[in-house]
Amino acid sequence: MSDKKQWPIWEVFIRSKNGLEHRHAGSLHASDAEMALENARDVYTRRQEGVSIWVVESKHIHATNPEEAGELFEPAADKVYRHPTFYVLPDELKHI
Amino acid sequence: MLNNSLYRYLLLLGDNSLILGHRLSELCGHGPNLETDIALTNHSLDLFGQVRSYFQYAAKIAGEGTEDSVAFLRYEKDYLNVHLVEQPNTDFAHVICRQFLWDAYHLPLMKALMKSKDETLAAIGAKGEKEAAYHLRFSSEWMKRLGDGTEESHKRLQSALDHLYRYSYELFKESEVEKEMKEKGIGADLGKILEEWKKTTEDIFRSSNVSPSDDPPAIAKGKQGFHTEHMGFILAQIQYMQRAYPDMQW
Repeated sequence: MSDKKQWPIWEVFIRSKNGLEHRHAGSLHASDAEMALENARDVYTRRQEGVSIWVVESKHIHATNPEEAGELFEPAADKVYRHPTFYVLPDELKHI
Repeated sequence: MLNNSLYRYLLLLGDNSLILGHRLSELCGHGPNLETDIALTNHSLDLFGQVRSYFQYAAKIAGEGTEDSVAFLRYEKDYLNVHLVEQPNTDFAHVICRQFLWDAYHLPLMKALMKSKDETLAAIGAKGEKEAAYHLRFSSEWMKRLGDGTEESHKRLQSALDHLYRYSYELFKESEVEKEMKEKGIGADLGKILEEWKKTTEDIFRSSNVSPSDDPPAIAKGKQGFHTEHMGFILAQIQYMQRAYPDMQW
């Protein structure tokens, strides 16, 4: 099968419960959005994983270039003061 | 076979789902692509789930045996499914077309059973209705894609419809058992289901750009226990394990 005839790839996002955010679940092939939703339902929610599905064609996702990871992410490595870990918290405060 | 109308009615309902579920299960690992393969297997499992409910109830009425013995240990003439569900998976168009003709019948059937005076059947209908609604949505979408797709997919879908449409009449040919169950308020009224079926199928045929043939109905007496030449092979595969290793479990 030539590339031309391959169905495009879609990224699937599932919300597991109301109130939670959609999270990336994986990808799949589909010829259009309707089919992508149905395929996502069949492939990714068979075990009650979700209550809502988003699909987006992978080509619409813009990603950072791994080769630029150095300039993008490494500068944050030595800026530990950006973490809110220097506050003294009262003992009564839990779950923070 | 047990001479009890409700028992026979349960077989009639359950056998359709059993044989169609088996046909779909044959595609497991052979679907046209991973996504469709999983989808069709899901449908198969939905149908088997319904079969379990029907046959557990049937075994209870019979007062002996289990869902397994009802499913696996009958002779061919005691299976009451229609001929449509026995038709082979000739190609993907046949699979989709067979499924669509069935789903368009199955959804209104489930809705009708929800109103059954029999509580168990009403519960089976309520559970099955959501599954059937999704199946119909899936097969309708594929009817449109194939029928209105490429020249090749259109040709194959039309050819599948030419073959399968003749078998759809049998779904609505009321047997004595169905008549009795309808009159008792337990079973579905096939006349009303046919109205729904016609609406759904005409609509989808139109948007799929295919037309049903005007060939006369297939001579089919599945509901009376007479089957096509495919049935023996299907049963050989379905029953092999229980016949070779009676009462085996896993």
